[in-house]
Amino acid sequence: MISSDLNIVLPELILAVFAMMALMFGVYTKKDETAPVITWATAGVMIVLGLWIAFSPMANRDAFNGAFIDDTFARFAKVLMLWASAIMLLLSQDYLRRNDMFKFEYPILIALATLGMMMMVSAGDLMSLYMGLELQSLALYVIAAFRRDSLKSTEAGLKYFVLGALSSGMLLYGASFVYGYTGTTNFAGIASTITTGEHLELGLVFGLVFLCVGLAFKISAAPFHMWTPDVYEGSPTPVTAFFATAPKVAAGGLFARVMFDAFDGAQADWTQIVAFLSLVSMFLGAVAAIGQTNIKRLMAYSSISHMGFALMGLAAGTEDGVKALLIYLAIYVVMNIGTFAFILNMEKDGRAVTDIRSLGQYSKQAPGRAAALTVLLFSLAGIPPMVGFIGKLYVFRAAVGADMVWLAVGGAIASVIGVFYYLRIIYYMYFGEETDGLDGKMPGLHFVALMGAAALMLIGIINPFGIENYAALAAQSLLN
Amino acid sequence: MSVTALAFYLFAITGVGGSLMVVLSRNPVHSVLWLILSFFSAAGLFILMGAEFVAMLLAIVYVGAVAVLFLFVVMMLDVDFAELRGGIQRFMPLGLLIGLILLIELGLVYGHWNMADNADALLQSPTPELSEAHNTLALGQLIYTDYIYLFQASGLILLVAMIGAIVLTLRHRVDVKRQNALHQMHRDPATAMELKDVKSGQGL
Repeated sequence: MISSDLNIVLPELILAVFAMMALMFGVYTKKDETAPVITWATAGVMIVLGLWIAFSPMANRDAFNGAFIDDTFARFAKVLMLWASAIMLLLSQDYLRRNDMFKFEYPILIALATLGMMMMVSAGDLMSLYMGLELQSLALYVIAAFRRDSLKSTEAGLKYFVLGALSSGMLLYGASFVYGYTGTTNFAGIASTITTGEHLELGLVFGLVFLCVGLAFKISAAPFHMWTPDVYEGSPTPVTAFFATAPKVAAGGLFARVMFDAFDGAQADWTQIVAFLSLVSMFLGAVAAIGQTNIKRLMAYSSISHMGFALMGLAAGTEDGVKALLIYLAIYVVMNIGTFAFILNMEKDGRAVTDIRSLGQYSKQAPGRAAALTVLLFSLAGIPPMVGFIGKLYVFRAAVGADMVWLAVGGAIASVIGVFYYLRIIYYMYFGEETDGLDGKMPGLHFVALMGAAALMLIGIINPFGIENYAALAAQSLLN
Repeated sequence: MSVTALAFYLFAITGVGGSLMVVLSRNPVHSVLWLILSFFSAAGLFILMGAEFVAMLLAIVYVGAVAVLFLFVVMMLDVDFAELRGGIQRFMPLGLLIGLILLIELGLVYGHWNMADNADALLQSPTPELSEAHNTLALGQLIYTDYIYLFQASGLILLVAMIGAIVLTLRHRVDVKRQNALHQMHRDPATAMELKDVKSGQGL
């Protein structure tokens, strides 16, 4: 009994045991001198686990009395998160080393955060949902404050922690309402108390709303986004880069998981909430980013806006919608990996620069990198023929398919507004005033990531690597 | 009024009153002491409900460890609590308003609280009869079998909290004399002591 359960959570188990072993290794040997070894080992383990999950086709199973669900949806998200975390971890090495904060705990915290994310997307019970969420969040709070001698970084960590605790409180409050009404924390059990089409009981409505609020905090959807710009700006850049990739997939996956597995019968209720979150996020992200000159804040608003688009897929409440959500998240992660590989190297005299005006005439200095960034920004803005446009197309189509034309129209308007600030960066690079320029040298790994992501944005149009099929299978497994 | 009801009201009133005093008292040390009182009242309420294990946990963990830790922190740290509380007058109306709204909302929800029709059947692990297993045994059987996944996950969360506390606060200062137990044990008289013959009437 227990052995078959353990078999199902084997990938998580391996990652957890690895993290603890790496911790012991670091503590009892040479402490921070072991950081590069542990970083490479962690990334290696995560990539191998991703490959293993991706290439071992298995039936949908659940373990521990339904507390843990292993289906195609969870596996899709896990592969994406594991690979994104591994790449971000490898990219962060140089920055951490240059700024003298390359401690061996960093890769271990990333590994544990990734473990939490894997538990989140596999959650089949309100309790395991919370455990995964808290494991991920706690590790993220710590790495947000990782540059502990910097006031901004500590502030970011503290702010994230306090607001994160508040959102966890709301989520738990909602969970207690749900438990009080249904008598169970199991998603399947909760779903069995809801009859489609019937009016929801007041207690369950309260629970659902508070759950949505807590989840919206974690995915940084407006109007629960306040922490995002400050935390993104204050955290060390590699940490910001990490925040903008894997945790978004986890939060999005969790949101879809809870809504479809536990509240499938109450679709009419939660699609309204999610549609509202989606619309507000898209517009707020697009409008608020216009005034930003700090590229990290700008990426924070960009991520709010992108989460709005991703939630549009969820708001549709259909299989196509979930498919669109997954495709959108996958594309978003690749775009952000490339963009942050560039931002990590925005330096002048060894000091990190975050002002976008410092990119003036960058195209003369490094035409290759400028071109790659241009492609990525076009893709982030959703301009055809980049892949980012395809992602938006999928969510728009899902929204229209679910009779939410107004939402799709709103999204189109928001994305046009959003184009402005992406284009402004490109403007500075090609036509801006000449500045002293940046002199950061780009390590090979970053160059590969930047160019690779940019190339994917172009190749993806012709050959999207079958991602549509995988996403379709994943969406199917979630809904049935 | 039966003894149970009397005990309930006693614990409830001291609990609520104690919590209020935590917020209102001027001296932070008094606040912590009031906090301990409200913990004890909550423990009493748990006993009335027949949850003696949770009551014991509350007394041992919260009163014995957490509250004492708080006490140390407020006594050790030089924080001007009066200054921190300076803005209370300004924020009081807003706070009261939000509190009132929350209270009304709660009242509305609990006013006509319904359970799902099949809620009883869905209970995952109902409390066993006292004759079969007492609280501690029942909890133990549940935590280490059905909820082993959650139990281990909470262990990992605590591990992350520990790593985080160490990463963010530990500093290796060079100007501090550190204790090295191995070094201490391997000292011998030959290196540790030096005999000097002090002549009378002269210093060293």
